[in-house]
Amino acid sequence: MSLTTAHSVVAPSSNAKLIAGTIIIAYALISIVPLLWIFATSFKTPPDSIAYPPKVVFQPSIEGYCNLFTTRTRQTPEYINALGPATGFCDETVRKRNMVIAGPSNFLPRFVNSLIIAFGSTFCAVFLGTLSAYGFSRFKVPLADDLLFFILSTRFMPPIAVAIPIYLMYRELGLSDTALGMILLYTAVNVSLAVWLLKGFIDEIPREYEEAAMIDGYTRLQAFWRTVLPQATTGIAATAIFCLIFAWNEYAFAALLTSGTAQTAPPFIPTIIGEGGQDWPAVAAGTTIFLVPILVFTILLRKQLLRGITFGAVRK
Amino acid sequence: MAEIRVQNLRKAFGAFVAVQDSNFVVEDGEFFVMLGPSGCGKTTTLRMIAGLELPTGGQILLGGEDVTMRRARERDIAFVFQLFALYPHMNVRKNIGFPLLAQGMPSAEIRGRVEETAKLLRIDHLLDKSVSGLAGGDRQRVALGRAIVRRPKCFLMDEPLGTLDTEFRDLMVHELRELHNRIHATTVYVTHDQMEAMSMADKIAVMNHGVIEQFGTPREIYDRPATMFVADFIGSPPMNFLGFGGGLAKGAKEIVVQGAKVPVPEVREDVAPAEMALGIRPEHIRFDDGSKLRGAIYGTEYLGTTQIVAVETVDGIIKARVPAGIHLSPGEQVGLTLSSARLSLFEKGSGRAVRTAMHDQAAEARHG
Repeated sequence: MSLTTAHSVVAPSSNAKLIAGTIIIAYALISIVPLLWIFATSFKTPPDSIAYPPKVVFQPSIEGYCNLFTTRTRQTPEYINALGPATGFCDETVRKRNMVIAGPSNFLPRFVNSLIIAFGSTFCAVFLGTLSAYGFSRFKVPLADDLLFFILSTRFMPPIAVAIPIYLMYRELGLSDTALGMILLYTAVNVSLAVWLLKGFIDEIPREYEEAAMIDGYTRLQAFWRTVLPQATTGIAATAIFCLIFAWNEYAFAALLTSGTAQTAPPFIPTIIGEGGQDWPAVAAGTTIFLVPILVFTILLRKQLLRGITFGAVRK
Repeated sequence: MAEIRVQNLRKAFGAFVAVQDSNFVVEDGEFFVMLGPSGCGKTTTLRMIAGLELPTGGQILLGGEDVTMRRARERDIAFVFQLFALYPHMNVRKNIGFPLLAQGMPSAEIRGRVEETAKLLRIDHLLDKSVSGLAGGDRQRVALGRAIVRRPKCFLMDEPLGTLDTEFRDLMVHELRELHNRIHATTVYVTHDQMEAMSMADKIAVMNHGVIEQFGTPREIYDRPATMFVADFIGSPPMNFLGFGGGLAKGAKEIVVQGAKVPVPEVREDVAPAEMALGIRPEHIRFDDGSKLRGAIYGTEYLGTTQIVAVETVDGIIKARVPAGIHLSPGEQVGLTLSSARLSLFEKGSGRAVRTAMHDQAAEARHG
């Protein structure tokens, strides 16, 4: 008999772990390169951003961010020299390119639109989804299975397939280019996902909790609020993230239905045009800022999200 | 505290009838156990008393008030669930105080009541702990605390010891009964465990297929089972049955089983000829070589002070409980003598027990 160390039949061996780790790290690197490139580009000057061969090492500049938040006009050097001293860093930067700041750009209002529409629709979808999921989970709903299938079926087709009818409807209803219209639309798309995800979570919560609360003197709504919701937070957080990511990134409907006051950031960012061509540092700066909210939200809820994607992890 | 009166209670789920025309009264301060195999309708009955299910028909009176269609929260009852249903996001103190919070009681008073209750259950040292870290027995005590803190009209318990380890279970059976003796709360307790039922109950209802087969004290149910189902369900090992044929005449004092004459308690009714069964508890069988009723030893189970002996007769195996000192070897032929006064007679078709002098004596004992 040869001497071997005992090993578990279920735990992965150290070799397997090494291989798995290597693959994951390689994949993570490949995934993060474009993001890093965008982040780096946002700190380049316009000439650096289109330099060939591409510059990996460069003198960082916040010109991209200045251009993102302002509109500028080209002036003669005489005009610029006649002006007083530059009022800030951005002012100074653009004057070097024979330009003066004419006013704020539309980026900030578009970004705010994105925040309002994405978070608003996420709240609505999760709110409606939680209540319907609870209803489906706890009550005898006539034709419950058919209704659930119907809800799911709204996701079968690509959303853009209904773009034309929705465009016509929205024009008739006066919902075109309004934040309300976009919130309603994203809520409608997300609510099916929310119902299905949350039903799974709520099914896992034994109904004895509400029954105990109802016997102890609470109404069903109070019982739901005080005993079911606190235990469904994991599911709600996971659902909220999925809904938010969709609403935040959605481009097609936003491009079609919003053009002015209610325009969100995704259709706005590609329209940033610079002097003599695309202003890549400004586009990259917009993209970088655009990534921040979703990143923060995901990091804040990462624990719940992790438990959320490993279904059945809700305690019994 | 209040009495619970259940009248013609019925529950059907579509074509399936879970509870059929149940009638029983739980008197004020009584510990009442509903006993039966799983799926017999005992939990459904309990949930109807609680207001978690609405009955298809019948009435439920709580302290004389008709609560049949009232909401659970308007009935002033407490329920202890099998899974305890302790809220994992609250600590022990908040769990126990949760029902009082619903009544809008001031927090200082809640604090006082919770601490008083915790002391009664000897869990006052756990009040600020999280419920998820508690041992099974302590979880059970917290669940009980949440039930008694409100001083409700009655307690309903649905197999509250079902998930506990055996050692905890025995301890909690004792504690529950002791608690009941102290606070005299009307209690309805559902279980499938006859040991729990026999050791705690003032009254037991044995249920099967949605029907209450027998309602009575543990002693009545053990000594004078009303049906073959009850006789078979209660007792470990259960009652033995020996088949015999022919009818019974009122006043008969003897029957013939496997060719042997067996004296029985005097029969009090006429029974038309049919398949019959003689019921004998294992402890009412003695070995006596002179008896005509014979069998061969099949096997023995040693239990310390007694032993359970399986005896093969022409009508199948019957089990006898005899002192452990008797030495028996498999295959040995023995004669069986049955304690006449303790025998039950059943109609095999309906399973119903035949009225005999044994029932008279019981009735006399009760009324005299």
